[in-house]
Amino acid sequence: MDFSFLLHCGPFIGDVRLVADSLSLWFMAIICLVFGCGLAYGIGYMKHYGEYRPHVRLHWVHYAVCFLSMLALCVVRNTLAFLVCWEIMALSSFMLIIFESWRKEVVEAGINFFIQSHISVALLSVGFIAIAHQTGSYDFENIAKYNGSAWPIVLILAGFAVKAGFVPFHTWLPKAHPAAPAHISGVMSGVIIKIGIYGILRTISLTTIDLEAAGYVILAVSAVSALYGVMLAIMQHNLKRLLAYHSIENIGIIGMGIGIGCIGAGTANPYIATAGFAGALLHTLNHALFKSSLFFTAGNVYQATHTLNVEKLGGLAKRLPVTALFFLLSSVAICGLPPMNGFISEMSVYLGMFRWLGTADAAGAVGAAFAIIALVLVGGLAILCFTKAFGIVFLGTPRTDIPPAKEFGWSRHWPLALSAAVMLSIGLFPQLYVNLAAGAIDCFPGTASDTMDVARWTVGVSRAAIAAVGLIALLFAVRALANRGKKVREGETWGCGYTAPTSRIQYTATSYTRTYAELFSGILGGGNRGDEIQGVFPDEASFESDSYDALERNFIEKPLNGYRRFMDKFSFLQNGHLQYYILYGIVCIVLAVVLTLIFA
Amino acid sequence: MISFVLIIISALFFNGLIIRTKSVCSGRRGPGIFQPIKDVWRLFRKGTVYSTTTGWVFRAAPIVYLASVLMACSVVPFGERGGIFSFEGDFVFFAYILALGKFFCIIGALDTGSSFEGMGAARESLYSMLAEPAFFMTVGSLALLTGHSSFADIFSAIHLSGALSYAIAFVAAAVFLVLELIENSRLPVDDPKTHLELTMIHEVMILDNSGFDLGLILSTGYVKFAMYSAIIANLFIGSIPTVWAVPLFFGVQAVSAVAIGLIESFTARFRMNHNPQFIFALTSVALLVIFGVLLAAGNFS
Repeated sequence: MDFSFLLHCGPFIGDVRLVADSLSLWFMAIICLVFGCGLAYGIGYMKHYGEYRPHVRLHWVHYAVCFLSMLALCVVRNTLAFLVCWEIMALSSFMLIIFESWRKEVVEAGINFFIQSHISVALLSVGFIAIAHQTGSYDFENIAKYNGSAWPIVLILAGFAVKAGFVPFHTWLPKAHPAAPAHISGVMSGVIIKIGIYGILRTISLTTIDLEAAGYVILAVSAVSALYGVMLAIMQHNLKRLLAYHSIENIGIIGMGIGIGCIGAGTANPYIATAGFAGALLHTLNHALFKSSLFFTAGNVYQATHTLNVEKLGGLAKRLPVTALFFLLSSVAICGLPPMNGFISEMSVYLGMFRWLGTADAAGAVGAAFAIIALVLVGGLAILCFTKAFGIVFLGTPRTDIPPAKEFGWSRHWPLALSAAVMLSIGLFPQLYVNLAAGAIDCFPGTASDTMDVARWTVGVSRAAIAAVGLIALLFAVRALANRGKKVREGETWGCGYTAPTSRIQYTATSYTRTYAELFSGILGGGNRGDEIQGVFPDEASFESDSYDALERNFIEKPLNGYRRFMDKFSFLQNGHLQYYILYGIVCIVLAVVLTLIFA
Repeated sequence: MISFVLIIISALFFNGLIIRTKSVCSGRRGPGIFQPIKDVWRLFRKGTVYSTTTGWVFRAAPIVYLASVLMACSVVPFGERGGIFSFEGDFVFFAYILALGKFFCIIGALDTGSSFEGMGAARESLYSMLAEPAFFMTVGSLALLTGHSSFADIFSAIHLSGALSYAIAFVAAAVFLVLELIENSRLPVDDPKTHLELTMIHEVMILDNSGFDLGLILSTGYVKFAMYSAIIANLFIGSIPTVWAVPLFFGVQAVSAVAIGLIESFTARFRMNHNPQFIFALTSVALLVIFGVLLAAGNFS
């Protein structure tokens, strides 16, 4: 049933198998959906860059190249060809990110992405070559035949984890997303990081390592990613950066599904395996939908107001009502609330966890209990984060004099409407989508022979979700009937007796999260700088507070700075005098000759 | 279905009973137990004032809030008789649909652009996040104890026999009661009657609601009370025949209402910065329950 094709790629790479099985098709469908929506949205978005026509043309060429390389990645079954496609994907997405290359921070973020992409390539190459070295061929089948030590597999998984953005490999995400144009952020968060998930899933479906141990590791890393991502997301005041941290959270949730699935497969419990992998695959689709929508709406906000700083925004629901509606729907979905789609995948992961809790030994039960707590906290924190994001940006009154924004036309909204329709349909009829994913779920070891047998709950959820929507509609009708003929007036917001309110007395994003920030100050990096106001007639005073990524600062910036300081000690070598450089050359040649003579 | 109807009936008198208990404790006669419902009925017939700052979010919020709580009630069973909807993992649906209501309540408050309502919204979102794990851990321990993962199966399989199951049922009941207090923003976490905007959580979020919408929000609160008490009642109903189960149900409702009244009469509200510790401590109690169950099941031997 799988599509299969043998491609002859010359003497170096050799024969490349192209196979599209259900797992590939699942990811290819997601890629097509998100790239399609991104294209439709991006055409309108790019109209604002009329004076940069050559840039725009180059941009779309790379968009197409990136799309094709992503599709290719899903079907090639040869590690060398895979690396080639991977590199094309990395380079083209680098070009997509640095579209606004005249801005310094964009190029910086792009280079950061470029370097981290290549760390991923390096890890993958070493892993693939190590396996090919032992088994004698670069075909994917050999990952299954490989039975040596586990470290090449670990390297491959780590390489994919860099792309997916698991903590501590997440640092490129919050830089790259705000720098890229909105449709690229959407596509990048929606599918490009998912190719890392595809890689992890593909490796797991092939490998013969101890899946239970792998599951524990994946689950732990994912739980940390999910919690850390959302905890930092709350602190962000740049809307796109906030969404980028949320991608880390959602990758964490997908990873938790994968971890649960592996544990189920490793302990020969088909229910847990199916629930876990189903949750991971569905969440991949769900996240692709709502996160791309969120980035598209953030793009609308940016082009309408020319800022992404949430502290400067406010009251946009009145100016951009359609954008606000889609942002709200996607927010509800990303928080995993019924009747939207995010709930379905989280529910599947929950069910896997609860079943694991019930059947595991002591260590497993403790792990399951903490995994459940982690997922519950992630859900709660996501609500805190998105009530902040939606509430501060779209509700209340404008906090600064932002230019009067006009709502965009239908061309900007129909991709959002399409995503929203699919999201709602997943939430209301999950059984259809679980059925679609069944083939992909079957690709994994240890899953149940009949997916729907495990996913019977979807029918119940479907009924309840439809009832919820119906009930909301009914209550609206009841209120409209009850309020008929009654006085409905408008007035000022209650100001506790204060009659001259200004927009500046509203709660800000910082004040909304202040208690939270104090509560978790041990984990979140950040600080306040400023002078305390002193005296009866205080002088001019200033105050600023910021937050930073403590993991990035301690595990990436500090070692890098130390390395740079160490290398600076040798900077005297680079003194700019040509004579010295010639001398270095001569010394090297002499050393090479002498050493050869001595040791040969 | 029967549980849904019983919860709605209990909601009619639950808050009245709390108020009556508090009145008696402070030496007053107090209003009749149906006074809160009469107040809501009065609100339903009144006109509405909307703030000029607000938009469609503010108008949708009370409706989604009520709908979410009603949907949550629809999965609560009555002993072995399942709720209107009963499926595997329905307690996850229960928690998440309630969260949907909270989400809309919070953004409804933020829609007014008021500094007070933002304050309430910030507190509500933080505290409900902290309270969530306790619910999941308690239900998780019950799921572990019975080996089932839907409300109806769990509650029909709880056979109160032996010291351990009684202990777990009572600790779980205590956790649910405290959750009921937190989720309804009552003492010792929040005091609905201070009427000082700076010290409130839930009440400050609905300052701008009036008329029909305020009626919706108040009645949602009453249903929420009865719903949590219904879960507590379920711990003890099990497979008792309906004739006895219905009086037991109302008995538990009355006892929990009186208990809340007594708690509110004899405790003071915490300082705001003590609330997170209090709420999160509940999770540790719930964790104790889960480890107790594991211990009893011989998982640690």
